[in-house]
Amino acid sequence: MVQFLTKKRFKKATTQTLQLIAIVLITFLGLLLITFLIGRVVPIDPVLAVVGDKASSEVYERARIAMGLHLPLWQQFFIYLSSVLRGDLGTSVLTAKPVLDDIFRVFPATMELAFLATLFGVFVGIPLGVLSAVKRGGLLDHISRVVGLLGYSLPIFWLALLALIVFYAKFDLLPGPGRVDIFYEGIVDPITGFMLIDCILARDWEVFRNALSHLIMPATLLGYYSMAYLSRMTRSFMIEQLRQEYILTARVKGVAEWKVIWGHALGNCSIPLITVIALSFGTLLEGSVLTETIFAWPGLGLYLTNSLLNADMNSVLGSTIVVGSIFLAVNLFSDFLYKVMDPRAR
Amino acid sequence: MTEKTTTYSSTKEWLLTDTPASALQAAAGRAYLGLLEFLKNRLAVLGLMIIVALVFVALFAPYIAPFDPILTDLKHRLLPFSAEHFFGTDELGRDIFSRIIWGSRLTLYVIGLVAIIAAPVGIIVGTVAGYFGGIVDMVLMRITDIFLAFPKLILALAFVAALGPGIENAIIAISITSWPPYARIARGETITIRNSDFIRAIRLQGAGPIRIISGHIMPLCLSSLIVRVTLDMAGIILTAAGLGFLGLGAQPPSPEWGAMTSSGRSYILDHWWLITMPGTAIFVVSLAFNLLGDGLREVLDPKSDN
Amino acid sequence: MILEEQLLQVKNLNIIFPSPKGDVHAVKNISFSLGKEKIGIVGESGSGKSVTGRSILRLLPPYAKISADKISFKGQDLLSLSEKQMRKIRGREVSMVMQDPKYSLNPVRTVGKQISEAYIVHRKATKQEAKEHTLKMLEAVRIRNPEQVYRLYPHEVSGGMGQRIMIAMMLIPDPSLLIADEPTSALDVTVQLQVLAILDDLVSQRGMGLIFISHDLELVSSFCDRIIIMYGGRIMEVVNAADLHKSTHPYTRGLLNCLPRIEGGNERLSTLVRDDAWLDADFSAPSVTVSG
Repeated sequence: MVQFLTKKRFKKATTQTLQLIAIVLITFLGLLLITFLIGRVVPIDPVLAVVGDKASSEVYERARIAMGLHLPLWQQFFIYLSSVLRGDLGTSVLTAKPVLDDIFRVFPATMELAFLATLFGVFVGIPLGVLSAVKRGGLLDHISRVVGLLGYSLPIFWLALLALIVFYAKFDLLPGPGRVDIFYEGIVDPITGFMLIDCILARDWEVFRNALSHLIMPATLLGYYSMAYLSRMTRSFMIEQLRQEYILTARVKGVAEWKVIWGHALGNCSIPLITVIALSFGTLLEGSVLTETIFAWPGLGLYLTNSLLNADMNSVLGSTIVVGSIFLAVNLFSDFLYKVMDPRAR
Repeated sequence: MTEKTTTYSSTKEWLLTDTPASALQAAAGRAYLGLLEFLKNRLAVLGLMIIVALVFVALFAPYIAPFDPILTDLKHRLLPFSAEHFFGTDELGRDIFSRIIWGSRLTLYVIGLVAIIAAPVGIIVGTVAGYFGGIVDMVLMRITDIFLAFPKLILALAFVAALGPGIENAIIAISITSWPPYARIARGETITIRNSDFIRAIRLQGAGPIRIISGHIMPLCLSSLIVRVTLDMAGIILTAAGLGFLGLGAQPPSPEWGAMTSSGRSYILDHWWLITMPGTAIFVVSLAFNLLGDGLREVLDPKSDN
Repeated sequence: MILEEQLLQVKNLNIIFPSPKGDVHAVKNISFSLGKEKIGIVGESGSGKSVTGRSILRLLPPYAKISADKISFKGQDLLSLSEKQMRKIRGREVSMVMQDPKYSLNPVRTVGKQISEAYIVHRKATKQEAKEHTLKMLEAVRIRNPEQVYRLYPHEVSGGMGQRIMIAMMLIPDPSLLIADEPTSALDVTVQLQVLAILDDLVSQRGMGLIFISHDLELVSSFCDRIIIMYGGRIMEVVNAADLHKSTHPYTRGLLNCLPRIEGGNERLSTLVRDDAWLDADFSAPSVTVSG
C-alpha cells in the first residue's frame, strides 16, 4: 500500500476526492431535507409539546411564531439548515439537554462495539471467504455457506436473547447487560468515552477485565453478522479473481499456490473489499440499534430507541442525521482509499 | 442430420435440441434447462416449498389454527408444550401455535406490499435514468444516493417515528428505504441495453421512449431484479420483525412475530418457548427466501457468482 | 533423432472435460515430440491446441481429465511429478506467453515487480539483484527506457509493450521451452511483426524450444520449422514448414485454399470443408515421429 502513496498520486487522489466531497455535500443537503420533512409530517404538534395542552390560544400563537412555524416551508428549511450546521440539533425532551451533547456522550459506546465487530468480521470473515473460494464445494465452503445463510436469515434481536439465556442465565459464563457490572460503574473517568481505553488510561485492570467480559457477547454477535457478510463477499470476489488470466500467469511462473491466492488474487480483491467493509460498518450501526436495546448498552442505538418510544423527535432526527453523516463519511473515506490504492483509478 | 424434417423420439429431445425450429421451442428448451438447474439445487427447492407452505398457511389460517390468536385466557397462561398447545401458551394464555399461524398473514402482507410498492418504483426510476442519461440521470441518481446514504433500518425508524407506529406505516417506511438498490440495478442494466443495435432498430421503427422502456428494456431488467427482490425479502422480513420488536411495527395484540418475541422477553428465564417459537418462524421464512434467491440467481443470473 | 536433443515427448495425450451434456473430448490420442526447434500448432478455435499447450504445464482446471502414455520433458515424466516438483518446472523449464497482456498481467502490481517475481521464485536472489536482471531483460525485449517501464502498471502500457513485458517475464528464469499461445492475436497488425521478431531472436539466441500456437497458418509457416495441424482434438498431420504447400491432406489443403492471395485471380475463395471422418481416422504414429 505504501508504494502507491507517491506524492503525485496522492495529489491526484486528493483532487478527485474534492470533487467527491462536492457530491457528498449535495447528498448531505438531501439528507437534511429528508429529516426536515420527516419532522414536518410528525402527527405530534411541536408547539403543543412545548407549551402544553392547557395553554391559551394566545400563548400558543406566540410560541408558534417564536418557533418560526408561521414562515413558509422553504424559509423554515433554511433556518433548520443553519441551526444544524451550527451544531444545534435542538434539545431533547427526554434528557432536557442539547441533542448533540447527548449523542457525543453515547456515541463512543456504539463505536466500541462496531469497531470490535468489524475487526472480528475482517480477521475471521475474509480468510474464511478466501479459503472457501479456493476449495469450492469443500468442507470450509459449506461451513461458510451455512455461516452466511444464518447471518442473512437470523433476526439479530432473537439471537441476542438466546445468547443471553444460554451464556448468562443458564451457564453464567458471561456477564449480562450493561457495559460493566453495577458496582464498577462510575469508577473510571469517561475521558474518551471508550471504556477500554479509559480503563487503560486509569490503569484500572479490574474494571478493564470486567468491561472486556461485558463486550464479548454483543461484539461477537455483531461481529458474526459482519463476518457472514464479509466472508460471502470475499468468496465471490475471489472466485471472480481466480478466474482471471493473470492468475494463470503467476502459476506459469512457478509461484507457490499460497502466494498466488493470498498475494495475487486477494491483492486484487482488497480494493473492492474496502467498500464492502465500509458498507458492513454501516450495517453494524443498524444492528447496534437492536443489540443495544437487548444488552442495555448505553450507545446511540439505545438512545435512539428510547427517544422513539418517547416521541422525542429532536433526538430521533438528530441521531438519524448523525448516523447518516457517519455513513457518508465512511463511504467517502473508502472512496478515497479506493482511489489511492487502485492504480487504475488514479 | 441429413433429413430435412427432424423427428424427436421424446419431449426431452425436442427440448434439448441444438437446432430449435421455432422461437417457442428455443424458449421452452431454455426454460427446461433452467428448471433442471433449479431443481438440482435442493436447498432452493426447499426454500420454495417453505414459501409455498407459508402462503398456504396464511390462506387457511382460520382452519389450521386450533385457537383464537387474540382471545386471552389467564387460567392457562405460560403453559409449556403439550398435545393441546403445540408451542405452549404465552403470558396472556394465548396459544402460541395459533398466533404463529395467524402471524404468517402479517408477514406475507408486509413482504407482498413492500414488493408491490418498492420494485416498480425502483425499476421506473432506474430505467428512466438509464435510458435518458444526462441531467435526468444525474438528478434521479442523486435522489437515489440520498436515500442510500442512510442505513435502512435507521431511516425506517425515523419514518415510523414521524408516521406513528403500526404495520401499515412500517410497510411504507420499509418501502421508502427499499427502492434505491433496485433503481441502481435497473439503471445499470438499462445503460448496457440502451446502446445495443436492437434498441436502435426499434427506435428507427418509430417507437417512443415510453414504449421502448416499458416494452423492451424493462423486461430485460426483470430477471436480475427478481433475484434481488427475492434476496431482499429476507432482509425485509428481518427489518419488519425488528420494528415489531421495538414496538414500532404491528401493535399488540396482533400476532406479529417480532412483537411476540418482544412481549416474551420478560419471561425468557423460565419460559423460553415464548421467544423461541416466533423467532424460529422469522428465521425459517427469511432463510427460505435466501435459499430461493440463491437458487434463482444461479439460474437467472449465472454470471454473478458461481 | 538424438535423445539429448529431445526436449518434450507427448504420447497418446487425451483430455476430457466433463459437462452436463456429456463429456467433451477436447484432445484425442495425440502424439508429438520436440527438440530445440520451433514447432507450430495450428487449428481453428476449439481444435484443442491451447488445451494441449496448457496440459504440458499441467495448468488445466482441476476438473479436466488428462491422460497420456507419456508426457516427458528432458526424460522426466511430467504426469507423475508432485505439484511441488511441477512448480520447479513451471517458469524455470517450461514457460508460456498468453494471448492478451491486458488480462495476463496483474493489474495492481508494477510491471517490474511482476518480472522480478518470476526471477526470485527460481533463484535465490535479493530484490536488488532481481531488479538488475529485470532491467536487463527489459532491454533484451527492446524496451528503450527500462527504468521507467519498471515502475509502470499494466494499464499504463500499450498492447505491444505489454506482450514484450510478458516475454521478458517468461524468459527471465531462462527456461528451455516456451509455449506461445496466440501471442500476437490481440495485438495491432503493426506491432505483431515486431513482437514476433523479438520472440524469434530470443528463442534462437538461447537455443530454446518453442511451441507456437496459432490459428494463422501463413504466420506459423513463415516462422516455425514444423507445423502440427489440429482439427477436432486430433492431429491431422505434421508437416515441415517448407513442405507445407506440398501437403496433400484435405483439411490442410482446405485451410490453404481459404487464404486470399495477391497473385491469385478474382475467383471466389473456397470455404473450409470439414469431414467428420477425419475425426476417426488414425493419422498419428507414422507421420508424427518425423523430426525436423
